Amino acid sequence: MKETPLSNCERDFLLKAIEEKKRLDGRQTYDYRTIKVTFGTDYGCCFVDLGKTRVMAQVSCEIVAPKESRPNEGIVFFNIELSPMASPTFEQGRQSELSVKLNRQLERCLRNSKCIDTESLCVVSGEKVWQIRVDVHVLNHDGNLMDASSIAAITALCHFRRPDVSTQGDEITVYSPEERDPIPLSVYHMPICVSFSFFQQGTYLLVDPCEREERVMDGLLMIAMNKHREICSIQSSGGIMLLKEQVMRCSKIASVKVSEITELVGKALENDRKARKAGEKCGFAESLPQERITALKTDKTPVEAMDVTEKVDDIIQKAEVPPLSVPSPSLPVPGVGQVGQNTWGLDEEEEEEEEGEEDRDSSGEEEEKGTKTQKEKDKDEVVELSDSEEEEVVILHPDT
Amino acid sequence: MFSALQDRVGQILLPGDEFCSDTDDTISLSEPVKSEKLVCGPGLRRSGARLLVCKSGVLRHKPPNVFWIDCQQRRYVPARGETVIGIVTAKSGDVFKVDVGGSEQASLSYLAFEGATKRNRPNVQVGDLLFAQFIVANKDMEPELACIDSSGRASGMGVFGGGGLLFRVSLGLVRRLLAPNSDVRSDLEQLFPCELVVGLNGRVWVKAASIQQTLIVANLLQSSDAMTATQRRQLFAKVQQGAL
Repeated sequence: MKETPLSNCERDFLLKAIEEKKRLDGRQTYDYRTIKVTFGTDYGCCFVDLGKTRVMAQVSCEIVAPKESRPNEGIVFFNIELSPMASPTFEQGRQSELSVKLNRQLERCLRNSKCIDTESLCVVSGEKVWQIRVDVHVLNHDGNLMDASSIAAITALCHFRRPDVSTQGDEITVYSPEERDPIPLSVYHMPICVSFSFFQQGTYLLVDPCEREERVMDGLLMIAMNKHREICSIQSSGGIMLLKEQVMRCSKIASVKVSEITELVGKALENDRKARKAGEKCGFAESLPQERITALKTDKTPVEAMDVTEKVDDIIQKAEVPPLSVPSPSLPVPGVGQVGQNTWGLDEEEEEEEEGEEDRDSSGEEEEKGTKTQKEKDKDEVVELSDSEEEEVVILHPDT
Repeated sequence: MFSALQDRVGQILLPGDEFCSDTDDTISLSEPVKSEKLVCGPGLRRSGARLLVCKSGVLRHKPPNVFWIDCQQRRYVPARGETVIGIVTAKSGDVFKVDVGGSEQASLSYLAFEGATKRNRPNVQVGDLLFAQFIVANKDMEPELACIDSSGRASGMGVFGGGGLLFRVSLGLVRRLLAPNSDVRSDLEQLFPCELVVGLNGRVWVKAASIQQTLIVANLLQSSDAMTATQRRQLFAKVQQGAL
């Protein structure tokens, strides 16, 4: 799909706002958007949220033959995937200019800085080495993909554990995680990329540009640095002339930002490690806040539950005697194996309605409480078969 | 079915919910047989005897028999007669190509402006914003826009002046903004004076006295998308205290 064009009005406004040191989302010139780092249940899976930009990195490993030029070094491979889910302008399957550029920059930032000890990935020199593959998936694009993917990739590498191997003569044994604890990669340092965008031929500078700012910028400078203030890579694109002082200033800002981000990533890793050690629930689903759309919230309507018993009795009376040929021998008797019991996600309301009756026996269908679930349960008890007529009754009253 | 629908007006429905037309097997001979006629709006679809919900949102009803789902989607599908904000992407021959956020670009004839003749062409540049109305919009044809109403007057449509900020909100918020006696709008009016152009395609253009104020209005509207009325009022009150 074609990109939504940027109107002249937006362009003028953005440039004017930048002149007045204002940004669209109320940030200051050197502010990052909020960074959130979360992990999946597996080792080596990391999500990074940078404002609305969202990136996932997944590390995987396999044993391959090494490169001939480096027989005793493991291989680290990076791949950035720009899926149409991130932005309708990204096309499936084709390597766009942007993805090549991001991939190249990520390689320069992480591989060429030698932050991963590749020699420790060697299993048998010249024959078998580990290949570490880092897949970065962009889930939502709101500018500054490079910073988000570099954070995601290095965090995922730090989080990753590879299986333990041992060699005895010619025999190589790869241990499963149950047999031996997986081994983390040895990460020497954490290079993190910081992007600076320049406007009006380098007069104005912004850190962490969002998507619309990226579209009006004149040039981009990406500095990858670690917390020891060592520059791992530096790249300028967009073809603007930068002064020496500007680059120096950018590298100073980058060092501050990198130390902040490294600290955040370290904390996130530490938290995850603790949670895993304690055996708590960890992973992506746990870290999601329970977001709700409240704009369309309607007030709760009380459920009329007075004449339900009569209704149920009525249904029982009217119900035909089920045919004797039973299609499936398993009878849905509540209280026996309640795996497949129909709850319809009503737990919340049910709890509210049944306050003070905590010790409700699940098989006690005599209780005349009369919520819909109970009614259904009663019905199940009586009918015992999925009679088509009864099913229709369920469809007609889906509301609670 | 009518009563079943009417019972659920104002409730949230989800895709997959359905209503069955209950056929009475008894016909009263004394009373006249009145046929139940329903008009299904967006989000409701008929499938045989059933009525399926295909969007998530609140069921709305307009007497006598119109029902629709009020949802918060962001994708715009052009519809005839709706006024939208478009961005001119190309000038080709005697039509402008305009991006309206739909699946296809709309075309706008240069004669469809107030006072435009073959000699007197309107001054429209690529990248300009337009407020225009759909005169042709169906699923098989390229949509067509016009910046004049049926009597040839501009009536508020045309090219935007300079300044201001364009941003996107959900279609639900746009409809709430445009509704008569809209509470979002009245809350906004109490803050500070601003010009607001609302297109039904989810684009909103704002211009206030200063850039700061324009940004505030834009961010307020974008964040009030998923807020209850009380939350929104609290937020607006906070901004008012801060701004004054």
